[in-house]
Amino acid sequence: MITELGHFALVLAFMVAIVQTVVPLIGAHKRWPGWMALAEPAAGLQFFLTAFAFATLTWAFVNSDFSLRIVTSNSHSLKPMLYKISGVWGNHEGSMLLWVLIVTLFGAMAAWFGSALPPTLRARVLSVQSAIAVAFFAFVLFTSNPFDRLATPPFDGQGLNPLLQDPGLAFHPPFLYLGYVGLSMAFSFAVAALIEGRVDAAWGRWVRPWTLAAWIFLTIGIALGSWWAYYELGWGGFWFWDPVENASFMPWLLAAALLHSSIVVEKREALKSWTILLAILAFGFSLIGTFIVRSGLLTSVHAFANDPERGVFILIILAVFTGGALTLFAARANTMEARGVFSMVSRESALLANNILLAVAAFVVFFGTMWPILAEMFFDRKLSVGAPYFNAAFTPFMVVLGAILPIGAMLPWKRGKLGKVIWSLRYALGLAVALAALVWAMQTEKTALGPIGLLLGSWVVFGAIFDLWSRTGRSGNRFGRMLRLPRADWGKALAHSGLGITMFAISGLMAWELEDIGVVQIGETWEVGSFSLTLDKVEQVEGPNYLSTMGWVTLARNGSEQAVLNPEKRQYPVSRMPTTEAAIDYRFLRDVYVVIGDSQADGGYAMRTYVKPFANWIWGGCIIMALGGVFSLSDRRFRVAAGARKTAQNGVPAE
Amino acid sequence: MKRLILAVLAALLLSLPIPSAAVQPDEVLADPALEERARDLSKGLRCLVCRNESIDDSNADLARDLRLLVRERLVAGDSNDEVIEFVVDRYGEFVLLKPTTTGANWLLWAAGPLMLLLGGTMGLVYLRGRSRAPSKAEADLTQEEQDRLKRILDD
Repeated sequence: MITELGHFALVLAFMVAIVQTVVPLIGAHKRWPGWMALAEPAAGLQFFLTAFAFATLTWAFVNSDFSLRIVTSNSHSLKPMLYKISGVWGNHEGSMLLWVLIVTLFGAMAAWFGSALPPTLRARVLSVQSAIAVAFFAFVLFTSNPFDRLATPPFDGQGLNPLLQDPGLAFHPPFLYLGYVGLSMAFSFAVAALIEGRVDAAWGRWVRPWTLAAWIFLTIGIALGSWWAYYELGWGGFWFWDPVENASFMPWLLAAALLHSSIVVEKREALKSWTILLAILAFGFSLIGTFIVRSGLLTSVHAFANDPERGVFILIILAVFTGGALTLFAARANTMEARGVFSMVSRESALLANNILLAVAAFVVFFGTMWPILAEMFFDRKLSVGAPYFNAAFTPFMVVLGAILPIGAMLPWKRGKLGKVIWSLRYALGLAVALAALVWAMQTEKTALGPIGLLLGSWVVFGAIFDLWSRTGRSGNRFGRMLRLPRADWGKALAHSGLGITMFAISGLMAWELEDIGVVQIGETWEVGSFSLTLDKVEQVEGPNYLSTMGWVTLARNGSEQAVLNPEKRQYPVSRMPTTEAAIDYRFLRDVYVVIGDSQADGGYAMRTYVKPFANWIWGGCIIMALGGVFSLSDRRFRVAAGARKTAQNGVPAE
Repeated sequence: MKRLILAVLAALLLSLPIPSAAVQPDEVLADPALEERARDLSKGLRCLVCRNESIDDSNADLARDLRLLVRERLVAGDSNDEVIEFVVDRYGEFVLLKPTTTGANWLLWAAGPLMLLLGGTMGLVYLRGRSRAPSKAEADLTQEEQDRLKRILDD
């Protein structure tokens, strides 16, 4: 009964979305205030109806209502509560319902916080946002209805893919979707601005918080997915250049470019048409990502529900929205005249270089991902494009980006002198070179990758610190002044430092990783690098919904015990799938990663041991990047820009 | 009851083959130099029945067969290129995770640099235009809009 109410609410939300698409758009065109004002209550109503539908589906999962088809095929009564809930979006239908819920959430947020927007722009933004919702409501209701019933419910369900039963992955999809769908706000603002026929500094300021929020969520979502792959898949890989990973990475790159170009729109009223184009493309790539995952066009581990019919539906959505927006763009691009004047060497030109690098890098990822299909269609060649290609073709762009970042970040607006900026960064550069040289001398194996990664990463980090320091004047209490700098400045420094840390960590891990594979008898000790490990015992252990072969491994260094690790090999009886649960000793500078394999004929076990230096720094850098975004977002200039009414700033020190 | 179900299922499972993890200890070659070459080669070869995994990472039986094949060729004295050629002859270029540069594949490898050239040129043209454009006053904003903008920017 409750799920029927949920289904009904979803249909109602679909109707509301249709009304919200049409009425405010006509209202904005004819300047009828009543028609425009309809958008606000409609956006709220749409969100609450969809949230209710989502809540009823969650209720069905929590109570293991096996009369619902997707509950039967994705849940099991013995599953822990966390995974009963995450099972709601651990399947195609539920995840699309989550998708559309987030579309309506962003629409409602724009309605509630957008009271400072001009009424016509606001009506148009909400109308476009609602049009996106209409498309996805139709997709959910007509091709992937989560509320389908079974005529004869079974006694128990078929369980969730055990690989997905993991805390890291439980929250990976919601964050990723908040990011993907958050870009729909940038899209809606871009299309609304094209319909209005004007883009100005205020527009840049309104669109930036939404893009920033989407980018933060994407960063966290991608980091969670990568961290999950690291500890769950059993050999500590963190990025595979899988089509679906690429599908989330391309919008991230474009969102990062969009963040930077909208600064130029806001401060200098230039790069307007490029920014509009980026906003359209960023959301377009989110849709392409959805299409790639849902259609199974490119086979990948993520395509847990692929169906050509659904793929075609999403392809139509993609064609209508990006095609329509690009057509509008072509018709209106000439109305967006740049105002700001600046020289070849300036903050503006540095941000332009950032945009070119990020956009071309995204293009390389896109081209590599699509090439197997293109080659098969046009050249009749069946080939693969894997990690070695992306490592070779993508990395150079990131190296150049890291090399010019600290300089670009300090160049003044309008006109700058390159020599002056580089001179002011001499200490940062000197420190980075010294550090890299030291490490080059210290490492036993002479690989260039590690020191170069350190040089690049520390250059970016020190550059960001010196940038902050240089803003504190020449004398007096410089530390105090540094702490009181606007949060946006701290946000910028943090985000850039996070990028530097991640760049260094990736190269450090790849350069200095140690690996050992061997058969180990119970009681035997083996050495990896400076660590010695002992397999004390192996036992069969029973978990809530799995059986486990668990090893006890003592990790020691220089004779002192550091940890006891419990690598596991799990069998999930319901889905009959084995998983490996690596045991990881996390430390600041390195992880020791132990995996237990099959028992051997002679009574021993196949054990793999890895020493992974700086592994945590990869995700640590991502978290710092996201934190930088949060700092920027909380800057009071943004809160005003997002449309919040001016309020007295109680308890905030004067700046 | 739960215990009983698990026990029954466990008994059933014992009859099922359990997939092995990637590179097994019995595959590892005695000569560390050869083994390292084998690992490098394995990372560039695709497991044909998997989704986007190299044979070095994959648990599939076919991947194991291919890993053994690579090691067999290396022990027989083949160079890296000869091993790759041998595998490609048997399984086609689909097996290569790093595509060749032959034929239309030049487009794949040149796509990034070409796009950078195009984007860079367009960027430079734009910058030249901007640096020479006459400074334009914000005259075509209405007075009300200018006040509004000032309020927002001052805040």
